[in-house]
Amino acid sequence: MPRPSPDKTMSLADAVAAFVRDGDTVSLEGFTHLIPTAAGHEIIRQGRRDLTVVRMTADIVVDQMLAGGCVRKLVSSFVGNSSAGSLGELRRRVEHADPEPLEFEEYSHYGMICRYLAGAQRLPFYPLRSYAGSDLPRVNPDIRKVTSPYGDGEQIYVVPPVNPDVTIIHAQRADRSGNTQIWGLTGIQAEAVFAAEKAIVVVEEVVPDEVVRSDPNRTVVPAHAVDAVVECPRGAHPSFAQGYYDRDNAFYRAWSGISRDKEKLAAWMAEWVHGTADHAEYVAKLGEEFWAGLAVGEALSEPVNYGRRL
Amino acid sequence: MATVTTASEVLSVVASRELAGRRTVFAGIGLPTLAASLAHLTVAPDLEIVYESGVCGAHPSHLPETIADAVLITGAEAVLSMPALFGYVLQGGHIDVGFLGAAQIDRWGNLNSSVIGDWHSPKVRLPGPGGAMEVMANSREVFVVMRRHDPRSFVDELDFCTSPGPDRALADGVEPFGLGVTKVITELGILARGGPGEELRLVARHPGVTVEQARESTGWPLQVADDVPVIEPPTEAELRLLREDVDPERVYLR
Repeated sequence: MPRPSPDKTMSLADAVAAFVRDGDTVSLEGFTHLIPTAAGHEIIRQGRRDLTVVRMTADIVVDQMLAGGCVRKLVSSFVGNSSAGSLGELRRRVEHADPEPLEFEEYSHYGMICRYLAGAQRLPFYPLRSYAGSDLPRVNPDIRKVTSPYGDGEQIYVVPPVNPDVTIIHAQRADRSGNTQIWGLTGIQAEAVFAAEKAIVVVEEVVPDEVVRSDPNRTVVPAHAVDAVVECPRGAHPSFAQGYYDRDNAFYRAWSGISRDKEKLAAWMAEWVHGTADHAEYVAKLGEEFWAGLAVGEALSEPVNYGRRL
Repeated sequence: MATVTTASEVLSVVASRELAGRRTVFAGIGLPTLAASLAHLTVAPDLEIVYESGVCGAHPSHLPETIADAVLITGAEAVLSMPALFGYVLQGGHIDVGFLGAAQIDRWGNLNSSVIGDWHSPKVRLPGPGGAMEVMANSREVFVVMRRHDPRSFVDELDFCTSPGPDRALADGVEPFGLGVTKVITELGILARGGPGEELRLVARHPGVTVEQARESTGWPLQVADDVPVIEPPTEAELRLLREDVDPERVYLR
């Protein structure tokens, strides 16, 4: 008989309260797709401080967490508002130490990927064929060069593992114990979860066990790596969830203007983050007409036959 | 006669011609996508565009707005994880041409996309490396498209080297894989270099542009080829494909 999964579902507020502490290293991943925005907002609402945020593409949610006063240090390989413009709060922190300096560790994308790979596998470092001749190792002493131990004297750069206290990802669906399914861009989410001590998975839908078990190859994170499962529809906005809702490109374009002006940014935070009790209220405040504008049509995959013993 | 062409159209067409015979190109959204899409319809019918988001063989129903646009996913031939894309595809040596942009470029084709000023207290904080460093290190060659050709962008010395070419890698004791930047396509013309040890040289100019103008717009003493032919303007056929098939809504053809 099929066994039921243990239940790890909880509210986003409870998950953040339980697993994100002041001073923690928190990884938020999602490469343009499935960015855990709702989780970032909840961290701001709960007033976490002195976080080290690890995120390959530090974009709007990082700018908001900076504005929320949550972040002491950023570890990243790209700091920008996608291709739509700038991050005002981040630039104030980095260019003018306003309102305070931001510690910043800069890597390339593959440098970050290799840090997660090393972290997930509990390796002391990970080698990669870039960085030679770059100025990055000069400003980031954790990027180091070693000689291959296999005799030919080849030099290669290495990066250290990253092991976040907690990784938070957003996904399309999971069962209640955390078997998490993602389709479309799968990014670095699985590695970020395995690298972490604890993991929160925020999903569009918590689905019955049988749904996941009907397509196990689509599971990118297995339940044993997950500590909390949170159902939070539209929790990736303004990014997107393939098959659920589209990217809010207008908001990305608007963010550069909002964040450039401190007062506008403070007003935005007051209204949309501190002014909403939770993400459901944020979603409701945007309104059905707004969400209809981001609706997507159907494009179903062909079913596959996993077969069964007769 | 065609209507007046824009700088975006000229850069896209010129870049597309340079992709003749290439099979795999690693491209961002914007001019590189336009160039690759046009090349696909003209000089490189077998061209496959690989996106940094992990998409290979996209068949989008609409023009994508980002490298991760949902329309690139639906109907794509493959969507890879980040370790597969950067580790196997890029570092594994599967990319013929990488397209990069930058805030600053030097005579050896080294690029800066991190900061203007000192890294620790920059005048301007730019987006940073992203995957550009890996594109530079692991593509067989790299094309750079620069909208602005002036001494602020074409500098004698970079404020910061984000993405080093093979000469800097060699000086750092690491054997490079590819040739680094081989073509720089600008509003004034084309600069080119063959590989390690070679400086960028002006090899072609757009109609109406003089060699002297290119020299004055470059922040180092620019080497110039013996013969600097005038680039053939976009043909009617190229412009029609670009305007009617590639970007009919003129999202990037601004």
